[in-house]
Formats: sequence, C-alpha cells, structure tokens
Amino acid sequence: MKHNVYIYILIMAAVTFLIRVLPLTLIKGEIKNKFIKSFLYYVPYVTLAVMTFPAILDATQSVYSALAALVVGILLAWFGASLFQVSVLSCLVVFIVELFII
Amino acid sequence: MKENNRKCFKMGLRDGLPISLGYFAVSFTLGIAAQGAGLTAIQATFASLMINASAGEFVGFTLIASSAGYLEIAIMELIANARYLLMSCALSQKLPANTPLIQKLIIGFDVTDEIFGISIAVSGKLNPFYTIGAIVVSMPGWASGTFLGVILGNALPARIVSALSVGLFGMFIAVIIPPAKKQKIIAGIIVVSFLLSYIINTLKIFDFISSGVKIILLTVVISAVAAILFPVKEDSDNEA
Repeated sequence: MKHNVYIYILIMAAVTFLIRVLPLTLIKGEIKNKFIKSFLYYVPYVTLAVMTFPAILDATQSVYSALAALVVGILLAWFGASLFQVSVLSCLVVFIVELFII
Repeated sequence: MKENNRKCFKMGLRDGLPISLGYFAVSFTLGIAAQGAGLTAIQATFASLMINASAGEFVGFTLIASSAGYLEIAIMELIANARYLLMSCALSQKLPANTPLIQKLIIGFDVTDEIFGISIAVSGKLNPFYTIGAIVVSMPGWASGTFLGVILGNALPARIVSALSVGLFGMFIAVIIPPAKKQKIIAGIIVVSFLLSYIINTLKIFDFISSGVKIILLTVVISAVAAILFPVKEDSDNEA
C-alpha cells in the first residue's frame, strides 16, 4: 500500500498537538499536591539540562568548540548576560575556536 | 490590562527573535534531512508549520522514508514528543487561572523546548501574550528554515552551520543558569542532570533506548527524586 505524505504529516501533527494541549486545557486551577507541585517545579531545569548535555558536544564539527561554547555560555549566564547574548556569543565561540582547530 | 498585554506581547517578540534565528539554523538542517527522506519543499514546510518539533519531525521524516505504517508513526511521535506533556503540565500551573481557551490552544500548538524555556523563566504568573508574541516571531523562522533547507541543501558553509547549531543550547543555558545562581538546589540538580545524562548517553548498554525516551526517563526520575528530597516551599513557585 502506498502511503500519502500529507496523511503522515497530519497524523504527526495531531498526536503532537494533543500531547501539548491536553494538559493545558484539562488541568484546571492550581495543583495542591506538594509532590506534584515540587515535581513540576523541577521538570524544566532537569529537562533543559539533559537536552543540553551531552547533546551539545555532537552539535558542532568538533567536541572542543562545543565544550568551549558550553563553558563560556554558563559563565556568561552566571554573570547576567541576556538570553540573546548567551546564544549569539556561544555561536561566535564555536566559529572562532573552529577557525583555529579545523 | 490591555496595555500590559501589549507590553508582554512586545517582550515576547523581542525574546522570540533569537529563538527564531536559532530555529532558522536548526530547521535548515531539518530541511536537508526532509529532502533526503524524499519530501518536497512544500511538504516539509507544511510539516514544520503544523508540528514545530525538531526531534518529532526528524523521526517522522525518517519513518516516512521507510514507508512505515500510520500507527507506527503515531506511536513514535508520541514517544519523541512526550516531554511536551510534562512541559505543558508545568505551563498549566504558570498560566493565570482565567486564561481563555483560545489562548491555551494557541500556546499549546507551539510548546517547544525554547518557547517553554523562556515562558517558564518569566517571574510570577505568565501573561499568555508573552508566549504568543514569541510564537508569532519564531514560527516563521522554523518554517522558512525548513523550506530553504530543502531547496538549498548543503550550500551553506559547514563552519556557519556548525556555529549556528549551538545557538539553541546557548538559549537553554541562559534559562537554567540564572535560577541556579540563586538556589543551590537547582544548581545541584543541573549538575546531577548533566552527569546522569552523560552516563546514559555514553554507555553502550543504553543504546537501545531512543534519545527522546532517554530525555523523558531522566526528566521523570531526577525531578521525582528532587521533589521527594527537596519539596518546594509554598511561595517559591514565584521564582520559577
């Protein structure tokens, strides 16, 4: 059987939409349970952290340029640089480091 | 109130701009993958407009290339994007209780790692217009990057692609580090997350788990243990 690409895409879109929208629309009001509250409080930090590392090391042409960007990014964020600054300067670090080693 | 909404919308546009640029770079590479899977530029752009998920789309394109069954692709999409379920649960607590359904649907349509990251970083309750502003400016970046990726293929120099591809990670770092400076527990949790994530992704015995599932498992386990060991005090969600 030949599958239709647009049906594939619509199935993917429907599943993804439901995953994102159901919690937003079904959870009414504030969750009182202390465990769930604490759990949801920590979720963003954990999930962003595990998505960043070690994935960042594979994102560039060299592990070293990525590692440099990671360290510089953490330092910049620690000392109060904005989202945009951290993001752009991390890219710049990779570009400069790779000029030297590749 | 109206005035405040407009202000938040503008802030969302401003914070969404670097996301849009990062998206452009990432979705450019996604477009190259889509082309490899045999999709046309129109099909790939349509997918990006409807789905807005890098891992989810990538996995989907791979399965389309192997003409997988419809059910198979639905299940894989569920696994690849399950982390958004957790993010939407967290966002449901961040939005004001009286947020209209239509605004929830718009936000829900585009809960991405980055949109979630900047939305959850807002202090206090989240004004929906902030997130909507970020969505308005970042979605075109994602879609147009995909489109050009299919059309231009590998024309962009490797150096540029390489540099741009850390942009999104830089954004994640900028979201998680400032709270870590204020709260030692969060700093500790980030260190533990980095370590465990490194171990799970490096050891060969965990190779059978897909990267999307690894993210879910790590998120659930680490957050649950943290919630048991360090329950959040009543008003600290204002700093989230």
